[in-house]
Amino acid sequence: MVVGMTMETFLQQLINGLSVGSLYALIAIGYTMVYGILRLINFAHGDIFMMAAYFTYFGIAVFVIPWYITFIITIGLTMLLGVTIERVAYRPLRDAPKTSLLISAIGVSFLLENVATYLFSGKPQAFPEFPLMTTPFFIGGLSFQPVSIVIPIVAFVLMSALLYIINKTKIGMAMRAVAVDYDTAKLMGIKINGVISSTFAIGSALAAVGAILWCMKYPSVLPLMGVVPGLKCFIAAVIGGIGNVKGAVLGGLILGFSEVLMVAFFPALTGYRDAIAFVILIIILLFLPNGLLGKKYMEKV
Amino acid sequence: MKETQNNIGAYLKLHWKTAVFLVVLLVGIGLADNFVDSYVRRLLNLCAIYVIVSLAMNLVNGFTGQFSLGQAGFMAIGAYTVAVFTVPIESRAAIFYLEPMAPFLANIQLPFIVALILGGLASVVAAFFIGSPCLRLRGDYLAIATLGFSEIIRIVFTNTQSITNGALGIKSIPTISSLWWTYGTALLIIIATVLLINSTYGRAFKSIREDEIAAEAMGVGLFKTKMTSFLIGAFFTGVGGGLFAALLGTVDPKQFYFTLTYNFLLIIVLGGMGSISGTIIASFVVTLGQEALRFLDEPMAFGLDLPIFRPGLRMVVFSFLLMVIVLFYRKGLMGTNELTWDFMALKYQSIKKKLGGKKTSNEGGGN
Repeated sequence: MVVGMTMETFLQQLINGLSVGSLYALIAIGYTMVYGILRLINFAHGDIFMMAAYFTYFGIAVFVIPWYITFIITIGLTMLLGVTIERVAYRPLRDAPKTSLLISAIGVSFLLENVATYLFSGKPQAFPEFPLMTTPFFIGGLSFQPVSIVIPIVAFVLMSALLYIINKTKIGMAMRAVAVDYDTAKLMGIKINGVISSTFAIGSALAAVGAILWCMKYPSVLPLMGVVPGLKCFIAAVIGGIGNVKGAVLGGLILGFSEVLMVAFFPALTGYRDAIAFVILIIILLFLPNGLLGKKYMEKV
Repeated sequence: MKETQNNIGAYLKLHWKTAVFLVVLLVGIGLADNFVDSYVRRLLNLCAIYVIVSLAMNLVNGFTGQFSLGQAGFMAIGAYTVAVFTVPIESRAAIFYLEPMAPFLANIQLPFIVALILGGLASVVAAFFIGSPCLRLRGDYLAIATLGFSEIIRIVFTNTQSITNGALGIKSIPTISSLWWTYGTALLIIIATVLLINSTYGRAFKSIREDEIAAEAMGVGLFKTKMTSFLIGAFFTGVGGGLFAALLGTVDPKQFYFTLTYNFLLIIVLGGMGSISGTIIASFVVTLGQEALRFLDEPMAFGLDLPIFRPGLRMVVFSFLLMVIVLFYRKGLMGTNELTWDFMALKYQSIKKKLGGKKTSNEGGGN
């Protein structure tokens, strides 16, 4: 089973797991925030992630804009996309049955995938290389890609900023209020639509950063690239307790570590790498349906 | 004896229109079976399969209100069961040339109908394992778990080389070309669904859709009822998948990508969540529409250098259609109504009234 697993390779796998997990966490936050407020699985989130990857690809590889400007444009455009989706596809259905909202989310996801296939072709595009990020460096016989270190650091900084926004600012307080009780928050004079828009903006911005970092690690862009990460990150959010930002981070890390380590310890299971998330989901739903950090949610009559 | 005859007589008197309709339908299928070319035949077969799977999806999503997105996965199970058990033994060595078929399966060949039912049952087993954790919980976990499940099934079938031939897929499955297999099954399933919906179970399904808490308070066992609906839906979907495999004559994991499920979602949303006849109509509309709109994917340049028509446009149109229906025509064609004779008479009256009121207007009001 553990063949030729030395301390060095194990450490390398740990770093790898940490970076994959941080990427999952960045995307999972978008899911968990939207679910917390709208009780909606935002199926389009994975495709927002995909569009962000294309924005970056077009900025750097096609329009030859310097990377730092491209990153800013990408984050801006992705936020705009997220807010527009909410405005066009979710807001008109605010009082509709939940099933309609869910179908609308699937519709947006399907539409984005098909539009991307139509506009950018189904062929994978090579993401521009960042030699600074991918040239391995060595510490005591261990080789690291700088990107594997950069990802967790960026993720940590962004998550701290997010926690600050949620816990210390006015808009964050409004978000928490809407998440606890939608109707009461409305009665208290909170501008619900503004709060929901900013939730989508923040979630999309994090997905954009996630997409940029993701593509530095796996440099290929294609229209369906957001589907599997999207599903997995929703599962990460469920593992941590849906609606809870810290839980999403925890769930993302757990998922990242378990995937990377499973493949490292059992190379025969490499083909099943994408399946492990769903096995974890089933186990979590069986034994801990509210997730690790989730509160028990009682339905009111 | 006399009494039964009387009963049948009374029944016919009450439902003679339906009886006439059924006879016309059967004769129509019989005629089509003998006289249409293979392209139309294939298309009609596909329509019937879409009716089966969409009806199963509507049973779970529309009537019971549980959002399941695992259709592609359940179809894959049914399709692969039929494929594995009906491929002629002598051609198996040629198909499984990378890795021979697992010995415990290599010499089993079953009749099509047995394999078909087995495929449905295999789907039921899979549905039981997904349903037992997810259906206990309130919320949308079922949607994500079933969507994930249909991805896992694809991954599993791609990796089990000695059973499913991996990514190569299984070819030379004995095909069905007669319309009777698909339409016969579809009719049976439609009748079964109608009977089910009008039974105690059907009312329990609908009560859960309308209000889970109230249903529970009225003594409906939530988990058991949801599970019943989910398992029946999975069985029908598995059978539909089996017919799909036998229609195409080949299966491979790529056919069962989760986007297949979205076709059925479009159908049930278009037809109306919770309408059997709506689902049947929408199945034909969508299946034939997808075929009719194929020209959108053909390269055709507008003006100078603006190739608007190229591969992918058709799917953009279809996903856009799904959005438009959800946002503006949430009830679809039929809502939760059924296309009964009374319903048609009522519609006819209202259209007549409308036309009589303003003779010049052209809008006659859809169906």
